[in-house]
Amino acid sequence: MHEPASVRRYDNALIEPAPVRWLLIVVTLAFLAVFLLLPLVTVFVQALRNGVSTYFSALTDADTLASIRLTLVTAAIAVPLNTMFGIAAAWAIAKFEFRGKTLLPPLIDLPFSVSPVIAGMVFVLLFGSRGWFGPWLSEHDVKVIFALPGIVLATTFVTFPFVARELIPLMQAQGTEEEQAAMTLGAGGLRTFWHVTMPNIRWGLLYGVLLCNARAMGEFGAVSVVSGHIRGMTNTMPLQVEAMYNDPGEYSAAFAVSSLLALLGFVTLALKNFLEWRHGSELAALRGRG
Amino acid sequence: MSTAILPSAAAAEMSATAPLTLPNPARSVRGVLPGFGLSLGFALSYLSLLVLIPLAALFLRAAGLGIEGIWHELTSARVLHALGLSFGGALAAAAINTVFGALIAWTFVRYDFAGKKLFHAMIDLPFALPTAVAGIALTALYSEHGWLGAPLAQFGIHVAYTPLGIIVAMVFISLPFVVRTLEPVLEEAEQQLEEAAATLGATRRQTITYVIFPTVAPALLTGAALAFARAVGEYGSIIFIAGNLQNVSEIAPLLIMIRLDEFNYGGATAIAAAMLVISFAILFGINLLQAWSRRHA
Repeated sequence: MHEPASVRRYDNALIEPAPVRWLLIVVTLAFLAVFLLLPLVTVFVQALRNGVSTYFSALTDADTLASIRLTLVTAAIAVPLNTMFGIAAAWAIAKFEFRGKTLLPPLIDLPFSVSPVIAGMVFVLLFGSRGWFGPWLSEHDVKVIFALPGIVLATTFVTFPFVARELIPLMQAQGTEEEQAAMTLGAGGLRTFWHVTMPNIRWGLLYGVLLCNARAMGEFGAVSVVSGHIRGMTNTMPLQVEAMYNDPGEYSAAFAVSSLLALLGFVTLALKNFLEWRHGSELAALRGRG
Repeated sequence: MSTAILPSAAAAEMSATAPLTLPNPARSVRGVLPGFGLSLGFALSYLSLLVLIPLAALFLRAAGLGIEGIWHELTSARVLHALGLSFGGALAAAAINTVFGALIAWTFVRYDFAGKKLFHAMIDLPFALPTAVAGIALTALYSEHGWLGAPLAQFGIHVAYTPLGIIVAMVFISLPFVVRTLEPVLEEAEQQLEEAAATLGATRRQTITYVIFPTVAPALLTGAALAFARAVGEYGSIIFIAGNLQNVSEIAPLLIMIRLDEFNYGGATAIAAAMLVISFAILFGINLLQAWSRRHA
């Protein structure tokens, strides 16, 4: 109140009036509470609605356990494959110059603009009983669609860009000087990669793997097309949630299995935020890229 | 390259004469780092086998239907409604998220308040929570007896099992995109420019309209495009809350699923190809718009 009027006017021009600020904060918190917090709370409330014993019996159900196993196996194949791809693609794009390089990142991001249902469907068109390779596959008694290979293919497709799109900007920002120094000092290619490149990219790599894994374990649409929905056989955890949800007697069980997936999401978020907080400066190239 | 550590002069000479010491002539063009052929070869084969060839197969199959065949599949009232619902819903969700995303990003970057860190950590929840879980949770929340559905029903607003529910699910699933693309731009935006505007006598509203908005507009468009692309193809979170009534609340991805279950691959292919072509065209248009707004920023 003791400031000269001109200073106050200057401040007013730099920040919104207090009522506007409060309104924006209240709207932000209300929007996030309604759209994020409430759905999350609902999962746990519905899961525990019929008591703890029902909750645990839903989780130890044979079909549920089979779906957990299938989800873990699928992620254990899809995530390492996409990680290897991500490292290879980032190495080629970030460390070398070649023609058509600028075309690659948009192509790598392509699966993000393809509906998960279409992602699953392309494999049905290729490997389904009436697909291109369908007759050949059934002659040789190989099952792809409605079996593990199809589920892995669909999952790998939808999680394809995650690691690559984190590593490419990170490795581009780091350039090639350190690697070149190591090579001229006599280190071999692999040694250079492990001891020079890897320490620089490990947090970005972990970040990408984390997001890739969360999507791989939680994918629904793409897997739904190729799975065949056989309980205890080809149902992943999200499909098991759907199967239970559609059975009136298992409404609460569906939320119990969901709560496990929600926990996975929770852990993913916590680790993601930890990485951003602890190694934020190293990951600076990644920020703002979802 | 298993030589011992070299003196620096020799090292410099070696990198200068790399073509002589390295067996592969291609490397000399690329510098001294190895693995170009291997990494690019692997990346390209993997990209082609997993993504490009399967997508090409989809378009080949669609081409096999002929223009007339595709036209016949797409012009049924049911297909047109489903496509309209998916694209219209996604546009609405992207618009809602652009407004609220901008507001949320602004609040988080510029203001301090209690619980800020916790709420900020939650923004990426839609990326981390499996879509089926989001779907059944939103349905429970907005159904007649749900925490939000019951009070809304008193005002005659029904969300679950209506097209409105589809938009709610789409807003949820694409919520982080605008916030996440906008935040770094707002953080880096030079407040000196705002100060300059203020000292030149601009009001806060003028500063926001003429100084801040043009700087963040390209990022806003990127976020909106990402949100739209995600919402248009979304399936998992929507099918539980939509009700899936033909010609009312049946989205295009669900119709593809139904056609596949009927073994009507032609019908499924036509819808899928149409969805991809329209999405790519819209994303391309947004890219052009973005380039234009960058030039005029």
